[in-house]
Amino acid sequence: MWKSARRGAALLCAPLLGAALLASACGGGEQAGSGAQSQEKVTLSYAVWDATQQSAMQELAAEFTRTHPNIAIDVQLTPWADYWTKLKAASSGGAAPDVFWMNGPNFQLYASNGVIKPIEEQVDTSVYPKALVDLYTYDGKLYGLPKDMDTVGVWYNKTLFDAAKVKYPSDDWTWADFKKAAAELTDPDKGVYAIGAELTSFQEYQYNTIYQAGGYVISPDGRKSGYDDPKTIEGLKFWTDLLAAKQSPDLKTMTDTAPLQLFEAGKLAMYWGGSWDVAEFTKNDYTKDKVDVAPLPKGEKQATIIHGVANVMSAKTEHPAEAWEFVKFLGSKPAADILGRKGPIPAYTGTQSAWVSAHPELKLQVFLDAVAYAVPYPVSKNTAAWQEAELTNLTKAWTGEVPIEKAAANLAAGMNDLLAKE
Amino acid sequence: MTTTAGSRAVRAARVEKARRPRAEALWGYAFIAPTGLGLAIFYLWPVLQTAYFSFTEWGAFGGHTWTGLDNYTRLLGDPEVGRAVLNTLTYTALGLVGIPLAIVFAALLNRPGLRGVSVYRTAFFLPVVTMPVAVAMLWRWLYNGDYGLVNQVLATVGIDGPNWIADPATAMYALVVVGIWSSIGYNLIIFLAGMQAIPKELYEAASLDGAGRVRQFFSITLPMLSPTAFFVSIVSVIGSLQLFDLVFVMTGSGQSARANPAYGRLQTVVQLFYERAFVTNDRGYAAAIVIALLVLIAGLTILQFRLQRRWVHYV
Repeated sequence: MWKSARRGAALLCAPLLGAALLASACGGGEQAGSGAQSQEKVTLSYAVWDATQQSAMQELAAEFTRTHPNIAIDVQLTPWADYWTKLKAASSGGAAPDVFWMNGPNFQLYASNGVIKPIEEQVDTSVYPKALVDLYTYDGKLYGLPKDMDTVGVWYNKTLFDAAKVKYPSDDWTWADFKKAAAELTDPDKGVYAIGAELTSFQEYQYNTIYQAGGYVISPDGRKSGYDDPKTIEGLKFWTDLLAAKQSPDLKTMTDTAPLQLFEAGKLAMYWGGSWDVAEFTKNDYTKDKVDVAPLPKGEKQATIIHGVANVMSAKTEHPAEAWEFVKFLGSKPAADILGRKGPIPAYTGTQSAWVSAHPELKLQVFLDAVAYAVPYPVSKNTAAWQEAELTNLTKAWTGEVPIEKAAANLAAGMNDLLAKE
Repeated sequence: MTTTAGSRAVRAARVEKARRPRAEALWGYAFIAPTGLGLAIFYLWPVLQTAYFSFTEWGAFGGHTWTGLDNYTRLLGDPEVGRAVLNTLTYTALGLVGIPLAIVFAALLNRPGLRGVSVYRTAFFLPVVTMPVAVAMLWRWLYNGDYGLVNQVLATVGIDGPNWIADPATAMYALVVVGIWSSIGYNLIIFLAGMQAIPKELYEAASLDGAGRVRQFFSITLPMLSPTAFFVSIVSVIGSLQLFDLVFVMTGSGQSARANPAYGRLQTVVQLFYERAFVTNDRGYAAAIVIALLVLIAGLTILQFRLQRRWVHYV
């Protein structure tokens, strides 16, 4: 369900045995970051899942070893499809990598089970978007430093807008403007729809409209579902209305052909997508000279989901001091500068200009401006359990089998049961 | 008491005789030890462990607590389990159509004087050696409602085809077709071997008695093939009950499969197991699901062995 940074990952994986092989007296102690490290040579394993970022990670590792000659970093790539299964198995067996990538939906599961180590040192978190710092805080403790970030925008096909004589979306457009444009852009004769009301990426679709409508997915204490809130339902209705008006292809069609493919075939005028889609749309032959991006339309308020990957430390690492040094480096400005030249938007404030200027033809600033009103990706201790319930229940509303109010009520009940078990 | 040399020799021979089978048996065990050990360590032990875990609550990172029969009582009241069992049994039952089909094709391929037999055999067997994931991806495309080959062919005769694997009305049948298509080659090869083992004299005698081709097929080939058919049906039923990869890829892999409107008709028991074990971190319950499946498979296999007396003829 959570899509960002998972694309393009497909390469070999290195076994997670770096740490286990290293005989070590586990020096260092807990006073991390004092700069007084033991001169003993150590190797830290660093697990990541995105093949497209592997070279950037190796560059960061090399840069870290240059300033910390006694610490070598072994970057271990495991493709997304196997990453969590493998990490769970390794953590159960006490052989987790020293430092690894963490995402929002999985974070609380790892933190609440004591698999990852809280950050002891006082760090200045004001350099990262607050939503991301909140995302990686559990029980009042920060566990990871944000590495990158992504927000959501409306990618649109200028050619189809021109053909329908519809004005391009402005920076302050609203739900009403969006709905008006959607009606004008839909052209059944040509098989063109305004948008695909996608059900497999809540990060890019439902969560955004839920918060725009003033609703919520999960209560701040993580105990209660927000799906029975009338405003949340309003945010879901945004999509079911588009389906009912046939301004979106039906769910069957989107099951057979994903909205991304439809957009890239010129069948959808708009596509709500993450900042990570830049790579996709600038590479694709059809979209590369036809698309631009606008902010998400404003409902009762402005909102976009923000998510980002963080670097965390294993609770069982044999080198806690060195691991923290490395995590601190990865969360620093020099590291963000290296990352920003290569791939995703770095999370460190003020280092994002390289990312924006890489494609001057697109209004990428939209994604950075959105940080001001961004909402953290909703999570709890066992996020995956109720994410499954979201699909099970909302699929019935998407097909029209069950009215959205009823599907949302069922979902809220099911989700509350699951949250009670956490 | 005196023992003669003769009787001693007899006794020695007797001892020798008794020892030899034991020594042979030991060698026998030694030879199967590698496989046996492998089976014990990688199959039997995990099965026992799974059986144990099915009585526990087991979180994402190990650490289990004994919960007795909780998982099993939950299993009986879980509508998704009922649905998954029903889907799996439907798939298995419909999949049995593949057996008579395989027999018919095997009989056609077994006709004396047929040209290009090896070409046909290869064509039939190719799906068996193709990766199931590749097969599923390919069919996913063929079945695509808007761009799929199936619907484009139908369109030439004026039929507006459905979204085969996203439409609850057609999804299961679409799946069964792929299942049969990909297993028919394997069954067919076994049936061909069975047919070729039937003594030629029976057919000669039958034709002397004036039996035609069709009569020979029903009175000789079919009864003589029944042990083969029995084997094939046992293997197919077990295989069908364990269906996973095909559904996993064809419905839309991972959690997004649940956004397929036809998911309720396609979800199999093993898929449900996968979701509980690897998606929602509910491993104790997942263990109970597979143990229930094990019991179901064992039950159906015993039933088949019981019923074989009615239709299987051993020579």
